[in-house]
Amino acid sequence: MDFSSIVVQFLNGLAGASSLFLVAAGLSLIFGVTRVVNFAHGSFYMLGLFLAYSLAGRFGGTPTGFWISLLVSALVVGVVGALVEIVILRRTYRSPELFQLLATFAVVLVIKDVALAIWGADSLLGRRAPGLSGSFQFFGKVIPAYDLVLIAAGPVVLGLLWLIVRRTRFGRLVRAATQDREMVGALGVNEAWLFTGVFFLGSFLAGLGGAIVLPREPANLSLDIAVIADAFVVVVVGGMGSLPGAYLAALLIAEVKALCIAIGDVSMFGYTVSFSRLTLVVEFVVMAVVLVVRPYGLLGRPSATPRAQVAIMAASRPPRGRWILLVIAVLAVAPLLIDRYSIVLLNDVLVFALFAASLHFFMGTGGMISFGHAAYFGIGAYAAALLLKRAGLQMEVALTLAPVAGGIAALFFGWFCVRLSGVYLAMLTLAFAQIAWSIAYQWDALTGGSNGMVGVWPAAWLADKAAFYWLTLGVTVVGVLWLWRMASSPFGYGLRAGRDSPLRAEALGIDVRRQQWFTFGVVGAVAAAAGALYAFSKGSISPDVMGIQRSVDALVMVLLGGVHSLVGPLVGAAVLTWLQDEIIRDTEYWRGLLGLAILALVLLLPQGLAGARDLWRRKPA
Amino acid sequence: MLSVRNLEVDYGQAHILSNLALEVLSGEVVVLIGRNGAGKSTTMKAIMGLVPARAGEIRFQGHKVDHLRPYAVARLGIGYVPEDRRIFTDLSVRENLDVGRRTPSGAGALWTPDRVFALFPNLAEMQDRAGGMLSGGEQQMLAIARTLMGNPTLLLLDEPSEGLAPLIVEQMAEAILTLKRQGLSVLLSEQNLHFAHLVADRAYVIEKGRIRYSGTMAELAADKEVRDAYLSL
Ligand SMILES: Nc1ncnc2c1ncn2[C@@H]1O[C@H](COP(=O)(O)OP(=O)(O)O)[C@@H](O)[C@H]1O
Ligand SMILES: [Mg+2]
Repeated sequence: MDFSSIVVQFLNGLAGASSLFLVAAGLSLIFGVTRVVNFAHGSFYMLGLFLAYSLAGRFGGTPTGFWISLLVSALVVGVVGALVEIVILRRTYRSPELFQLLATFAVVLVIKDVALAIWGADSLLGRRAPGLSGSFQFFGKVIPAYDLVLIAAGPVVLGLLWLIVRRTRFGRLVRAATQDREMVGALGVNEAWLFTGVFFLGSFLAGLGGAIVLPREPANLSLDIAVIADAFVVVVVGGMGSLPGAYLAALLIAEVKALCIAIGDVSMFGYTVSFSRLTLVVEFVVMAVVLVVRPYGLLGRPSATPRAQVAIMAASRPPRGRWILLVIAVLAVAPLLIDRYSIVLLNDVLVFALFAASLHFFMGTGGMISFGHAAYFGIGAYAAALLLKRAGLQMEVALTLAPVAGGIAALFFGWFCVRLSGVYLAMLTLAFAQIAWSIAYQWDALTGGSNGMVGVWPAAWLADKAAFYWLTLGVTVVGVLWLWRMASSPFGYGLRAGRDSPLRAEALGIDVRRQQWFTFGVVGAVAAAAGALYAFSKGSISPDVMGIQRSVDALVMVLLGGVHSLVGPLVGAAVLTWLQDEIIRDTEYWRGLLGLAILALVLLLPQGLAGARDLWRRKPA
Repeated sequence: MLSVRNLEVDYGQAHILSNLALEVLSGEVVVLIGRNGAGKSTTMKAIMGLVPARAGEIRFQGHKVDHLRPYAVARLGIGYVPEDRRIFTDLSVRENLDVGRRTPSGAGALWTPDRVFALFPNLAEMQDRAGGMLSGGEQQMLAIARTLMGNPTLLLLDEPSEGLAPLIVEQMAEAILTLKRQGLSVLLSEQNLHFAHLVADRAYVIEKGRIRYSGTMAELAADKEVRDAYLSL
């Protein structure tokens, strides 16, 4: 590593920061004004890139045509964003916040499949910018000329945004609404159009962020999730609502990543550490350090932080003992009556019921939202597989230790997360989940990388599907009953007190943060048990077990079944697992269909299946 | 001008306002007076549509305004100044005024920054200061000024004298009387009988979400029984 390669990587980092900043700025603006965490923001980026690919491919032969193509792509994405706001989100503002989240996630699914239908599944590298396709020499290194455009784009857009926000009435309304949108409404401003405007601008920025990287990054269908996770990290690190903060954070993260690439492989104490493969983990380290030092991000301020607005849930009792026994009895004899395929499906239902129950405890009793619950599920699955295959332990031991691994990992993630609250906390959980995912994905030697691991089979006495099913049933029953008991133990009451009124709970001597931290450990262990069961039931695992899709599945299960009830997540798990089994079999566009189904649910039953309204009523501002 | 009939508001299980009725005539300054927690702020929020009414009718200049969203109520000409002022702390004084700016639907003199600065000279000197850097009294003035920029015909003032120094209270009363002379109608809430006497024509006494008494300020002044029952601490 010499000086010139550091400089080159530094420039590379600057170029990478711009696009990231555009996406994060849009996300932050939208959240500030509408309080919607727009999961679809990464999809807007991806859409911008795909559109630019097509438009520039067709009209981009001349410099004018090229730049207009990029701009039009971004504008189209802006319009798509505005339409999403008008057609979908506008109907959900009175619903629980989580329904808005679900709606935006449904949009992710739909956009992904629309992109699949139009552009196909392969990576597409776009046209080079006419006139800027060359490169120049710098200390003997080659730097693409287009990188200079990217380097300039970030500060230029930051400057323009600053002008809009400071010098226009729209910008003043945006800033005022970010602080107190109800008051802005009471002064006669129609929030609906303000929201649409902000959605347009924010989506335009995401689309632009995608379009400008056309000559540098290939367009592909996995960008949506990768980008949204990065954008969450940037927003959290920079401080919600701060545009300069977003730029600073994007720069910091892009530079640190670039530095890792520049360092490359380093030999220390006889080991070779490959820094270039650590880029995602390093992102996490940056975030962790920043959050410990400045919990509201680099330039964020506590006053601009939304209050923790997690749902309030009525205390609900478990069903009567004899009903529980009846259900267990029916489930226990079921394998004797149904075919092999159905046993496997029912096994999945039980696994996901346990998983969903752990998220339900986290949200309902713990009062926190997790966007990254699959992390613990996946860590459980990988721990089980690694202990079996790499450590050579017996399957029974691996299954027992997996929840321990999940619990420890959750405590580790939770230690950072509980320093935040509300949406920040939720974003952080997603970021951690993405990091866990990327470790599983990148660490080929240990985890098998994207191929995952095969041959993760249970012990001989559990090889029969029915036998394994009974094991799953046993673990699920124990896990769910344990969570139910805990919800009405002193620990559960303390948690609820902290959830409903943190200040009062603190005054009563309850250490809310500590309890929340402990909750991470509990739900992490339970989710990991579900993940381990899942791994053994399938015989193989891949990074998908902790993909964001699975985290969202868990959220859908909890919301579908009704958050107010302890049985809700179990019912939701059954319905969703069955539904996915049905549609996956019939079409390659199952994601889009699932997205449309979620949208229908959100729009037609804005209060949730089980009259969630009363229980999710927000505290008046 | 404004007539509220039979208004019922609940927060969850709790009944906060019951069968509340009141009237504000054109050009009047009416005070809603009652102890802390009596339901004054809730009444104002219900008129603005900021809290939902379970029952009742609210009419303003012939329009039914219950069930309208707050921005629509504001556009009809009702200006709301909340109890906690809710200044946009990051925005400068001028920017705060700009957020409140609206061209009126009907005719009438337009409020401009210069006009509100004439009404509240203190603000004129700190046009570029951030809202969060103002004193309590200045914030109250700014909150009123910001609402005036929307050219309302009826002003809802929730406890405008709360927490202000006596000198500022006098200024505030002066300003309200000036507004009245310019033809604005005002419904204000107060715990403080002294301030009410300075500005109001009529009073409604509210306790536990019900109107217990209504009459002119002179009548209220003469009625020691009512004052002792509902207003003294
Ligand atoms: N957001 C709220 N949730 C529940 N109760 C409330 C809320 N706001 C006010 N209250 C209750 O409503 C009653 C009336 O309050 P308020 O209208 O603010 O009274 P006032 O303005 O006369 O002091 C009080 O008993 C208060 O505790
Ligand atoms: Mg009050």
